[in-house]
Amino acid sequence: MTQATAASNEQSTMNTAKADSPASGLAPTAKTAAELPKEVLVKWLYDMQLIREFENRTMQAYQQAQIGGFCHIYTGQEAVAVGTIGCTNHDDPVITAYRDHGHALARGMTPNACMAEMFGKTTGCAKGKGGSMHMFDRPNWLFGGHGIVSAQTPMGAGFAFAAKYENEVMGTGKKKVTLCYMGDGALDQGCFHEAQNLASLWDLPVIYILENNGYSMGTAIHRHTANAENLIDRAKGYGIKAAKIDGLDIMNIYNEFKPIVDECRENSRPAFIDLKTYRYQGHSMSDPQKYRTKEEVDTYKDKDSIAKLCSDLMNMGHIDEAGWKSMRKEISDIVRASVEHAEAAPIPEASELYTDVYANPQKNLSPTATYTHGTKNPLM
Amino acid sequence: MTTMPMIESDIHPAVDNPPLPVFVPEDQMPSRVGDRIIQYREALKEAMSEEMRKDKRVFLCGEEVAQYNGAYKISQGMLDEFGPKRVIDTPISENGFAGMAIAAAMTGLRPIVEFMSWSFSFVAADPILNNAPKMLYMSGGQFGCPIVFRGNDGAGGQLASTHSWCVEALYANVPGLKMAIPSNPYDAKGLLKTAINDPDPVFFMESERMLGDKAHVPEEEYYIPFGRARLAREGDAVTLVSFGRPVNFCLEAAETLAAEGIEVDVLDMRTIRPLDIESIIERVKVTNKVLVVDQSWPFASIASEVMAQICETCFDWLDMAPARLNTADVPTPYAKGLEYDYLPNPERIVDAVRKML
Repeated sequence: MTQATAASNEQSTMNTAKADSPASGLAPTAKTAAELPKEVLVKWLYDMQLIREFENRTMQAYQQAQIGGFCHIYTGQEAVAVGTIGCTNHDDPVITAYRDHGHALARGMTPNACMAEMFGKTTGCAKGKGGSMHMFDRPNWLFGGHGIVSAQTPMGAGFAFAAKYENEVMGTGKKKVTLCYMGDGALDQGCFHEAQNLASLWDLPVIYILENNGYSMGTAIHRHTANAENLIDRAKGYGIKAAKIDGLDIMNIYNEFKPIVDECRENSRPAFIDLKTYRYQGHSMSDPQKYRTKEEVDTYKDKDSIAKLCSDLMNMGHIDEAGWKSMRKEISDIVRASVEHAEAAPIPEASELYTDVYANPQKNLSPTATYTHGTKNPLM
Repeated sequence: MTTMPMIESDIHPAVDNPPLPVFVPEDQMPSRVGDRIIQYREALKEAMSEEMRKDKRVFLCGEEVAQYNGAYKISQGMLDEFGPKRVIDTPISENGFAGMAIAAAMTGLRPIVEFMSWSFSFVAADPILNNAPKMLYMSGGQFGCPIVFRGNDGAGGQLASTHSWCVEALYANVPGLKMAIPSNPYDAKGLLKTAINDPDPVFFMESERMLGDKAHVPEEEYYIPFGRARLAREGDAVTLVSFGRPVNFCLEAAETLAAEGIEVDVLDMRTIRPLDIESIIERVKVTNKVLVVDQSWPFASIASEVMAQICETCFDWLDMAPARLNTADVPTPYAKGLEYDYLPNPERIVDAVRKML
């Protein structure tokens, strides 16, 4: 709950923690990743490995039918969530699509809450009502987890609008940047173009982070979007600052993304980032992956972002083989414990069916039931 | 109203939540009779302006709401009073600005989104149906969506099929939202003020054919609770149940019938979700006959739902099967006479009542 406290009681946190420490809730100030304190860099490695291990366990649990529905695995893309979120303050809003476990963990959701949500248990982040595609975490400023492709893009503009409104009309005095993640499939939806238009027209500080893994489900990018080699020109057409970044190297992500975050925050302007990345698993758990070769997957696995960071940190003397081994052991234990927690956690009572439908339940809202307001969320 | 739930202003620690409206019994409401005669559109503007003066979280956005002073002059003068940061002209981009406003509501702001017509809301169907009403549930109670979507609903006068939608039956199907549909200026003000203060998404239906209607509207503040129908006219022969613009058709029909010595009830539901079934039951026990008058198509309409609930709750009090009068089950025609015939107009209501006697 330390980060929950940070969200609601920022003032005291700001006074006691240094900006470049991972626990401060504030974005690091260093200009390049190499200048960052050791704790920050090691925390990146930790978070990326946590996501990798968590997703591997998620696949096992799915195969054992402990997790249902649609489930989208984030392995391969870990550097994107950890690196970009690592450039923000803790109270900068984050919204993403349905491949969302990585963002939730990078934002500070506990593995227990994330895993229990997928198991449909009461201790899940949404009390078992959202599942894999709908990770919400209010204390960590994560506004979902959204299941409809690109539905999150106008909302990303909306959080930026709200932050700007709160600053300018209500006088909060805070300049915030919103991170809105999207897959390359979302490029083709009309609402993304509407969102870019609004963001640029109204000077909204939102950064659209295209996690370009090359496939819109099973349709390769050159088969689903026009001029796929030059996506940043589209954003520039809306007057939006745009950049292409290698998303497999987290140090590189920080170096190139951090100045963009700072600029968007300072100038209250949107940006679009084409982050080239790769997913190791299929689109969802039910994808036979006939549309790509094993060799292609192996090519990317050879450039694995975790192996790269680990090697960089060893070269910098920030971690050694023994440290890396004990980190992996610690993470493995935490993730195994999250599965055990999810298995043991209670399933929702039947009465939960009718809670949280309305914030202000009234009689006669439905012919079938009187709605009630929900029990307190276990995360809150 | 129940107390404010967990969506407290932790995202806005600097904001004092204004007290929620206090609802008084119907006999303590300010008088509906008086000489402060204003238009329906002015009543809407009063409701928005009063709430915006009290609460900086409330803002208005939509097409032509600011510089143009409202496509239908509902927001006339609001830009001058509140400035461009709170009265916001949007591009013709419903999907974009509806989704944007929903996100703003999730952080605790109180957007009022004006659709020039509800007919234009379909291009925003994903945000308004998939996000707004489901956010609280899907997030396990973490994020609510206190937003008002409002605009013209129903046939506007020879606008033909794409611009004449009655969306209430389609949208009322979705749990998580509330729906208000005032038939007169007094209710328009009181219901809209309640809608703006409600922590749930409210779909608010107006009609461009009623915007110029005039009636006494109290200057003082008042809030009409959702789920409280109003008996607009009392009779004994048949109970007419309606909402929105057709309430006025019912009142006109009631005058014609009264000249023939037939007195009918006109029950104005005012809100569809919640639906004040108790008031319907109370009147059915008196008249034993009920006709539901609805300006949307008959198949799976609000009238269908009202009739189903009547059958479930007071079947034994009925002397005959409950009846419904909807618009004709065809796309809305352009030609003036055809459009009139298509609507549940007073003549059709009179005919229907005569058949029930």
